[in-house]
Amino acid sequence: MNETRVGIIGIGQSHFKPRRDDANYPELVREAVRLALHDAGRELHDIEAIVYSLAPDALLGIGNAERLGVDAVGGAGKRFLRINTGGSTGLSSVAAAHAHIASGECDLVLAAGADKVGECGDSQTILNKIWDPIYERQLPLGTITMLAMSAVRAMQKYGMTEEDMARVTVKNRRHALGNPRAHLRKSVDIEDVMTSRYLAWPIKLLDACPQSSGGCSLVLASERYIRRHALDAVWITGVGHCSESYYIGDRMGNNFVADHADAHALALSFERSYRMAGIKDPVKEVHAAELYAPFSNTEFHAIEAAGLAPLGRSMSMLNEGCFQLGGAVPVNPSGGTLCTNAIAVSAMVRVAEAALQVWGRAGEHQVANARVAIASGNGGDHQFFGTMVIES
Amino acid sequence: MELLKRKESWNIGYEHALGETASWFFVQIRDHAQLYGRRCPKSGRVLVPPRSFSDQTLEPTTEWVKVGPGGRIETFTIVYEPFKSLPDPPYAFGYVLLDHADTAIGGYFRGVDLSDPDKAAAALAIGTRVITRFATERKGEVLDFWFEREG
Repeated sequence: MNETRVGIIGIGQSHFKPRRDDANYPELVREAVRLALHDAGRELHDIEAIVYSLAPDALLGIGNAERLGVDAVGGAGKRFLRINTGGSTGLSSVAAAHAHIASGECDLVLAAGADKVGECGDSQTILNKIWDPIYERQLPLGTITMLAMSAVRAMQKYGMTEEDMARVTVKNRRHALGNPRAHLRKSVDIEDVMTSRYLAWPIKLLDACPQSSGGCSLVLASERYIRRHALDAVWITGVGHCSESYYIGDRMGNNFVADHADAHALALSFERSYRMAGIKDPVKEVHAAELYAPFSNTEFHAIEAAGLAPLGRSMSMLNEGCFQLGGAVPVNPSGGTLCTNAIAVSAMVRVAEAALQVWGRAGEHQVANARVAIASGNGGDHQFFGTMVIES
Repeated sequence: MELLKRKESWNIGYEHALGETASWFFVQIRDHAQLYGRRCPKSGRVLVPPRSFSDQTLEPTTEWVKVGPGGRIETFTIVYEPFKSLPDPPYAFGYVLLDHADTAIGGYFRGVDLSDPDKAAAALAIGTRVITRFATERKGEVLDFWFEREG
């Protein structure tokens, strides 16, 4: 088991923005690929397989846009696989690239994608379409309302307050000031968040992620390839996935397995990736965390699922400064999904940022002496979770 | 330089078959203003909205069980932001555990003043007892019923 170690040898990320009118979709994918290949010191012809990171087509407005994107990743003549697990797509893509190498099939694999959410004027309409048309779509559910309903349960169960939520935004916005690639780079205070308008109670405008445009790409390689070419790398030492059943209403009521307040399946996914990496006590062993959280309240259940706080304790620990840069385990030192959300690659950015941390290349948002970092992605309404451990 | 854009829109129609279980459920709502769940024979859980199989065991559900009209709020939200193609705000909706059910069903909450967000949220707090109301003219769909605070 684990005979073939898999390393990350190149990272490419756009400077994420509300729009990129200077570049169309494949041009944006190519931009990230060029950056990643340059970072890895590899040529396109070295790449054996491509995993293409692409969330729901309608957000982009191009059906099966991996077809249009095939040239942007130099896919002709190569293995090619598109991945879509909603918001966790980017992490699932890296996991698939990892599997190509861990299986012994390939030595050098590219994961890449981009999104232009800013070109879609209607994202909640599209995201309403991910609901069952028979029982639920008319209600009308969307990603904001589903997670507002998670927040309401966390308020009841743990006493989470709107001020607690605001503190997540304040922290992440401050972190994003040090990340030149973040979309929202303007610090805010608690009052700014608390006085911003309600979208879906208790989620306010400043509790919510932006709609970002940009691309991300990673180059993964086998340990033997890395040794043979004497390359610099960081290592993917843990990979986990876990899904959750469909109906929100099954995560409440009587005798439920998972509570909609929490991220039960995300915790199971973290357990799997920690077991693979040999991590027994994440609080002591993890130095930085990039956790997918598109709304402020969801960072709390992600922190708890990652084992960085006991259930219901993350709010007070965040208030004590545990999860800010300089704290015990900084969470989302890049500013996270709350400051940048190009949906097709948001969870890949989590992996990229975790890798930069353990590589010591995170610049102004570097966590001092980070050697072990974790990343996560959430897709659907709690359906598809993915997690990784990255080590130097 | 001048950067051009072009507008596109998708407008695609579908006609989704509901299947036997959901069809029966909605016919009872349309014709008799009555909600039902389906019991899983293995776990005994009454699934609402009704499903033909259990997500936990994949066993077929075997029995229709009358649920409601009373219930308690399990979660809610109140939408204040307009979204294209979605209803005009404000509106409140969420999930209710109906009497005799084990899982919660989604629906709108009506009869609550939503003008003050915090007061409205307090009126819809988890655990609040509600009663199911039915439209006079029913089509056999989720919007045929909604929830109001009891009393």
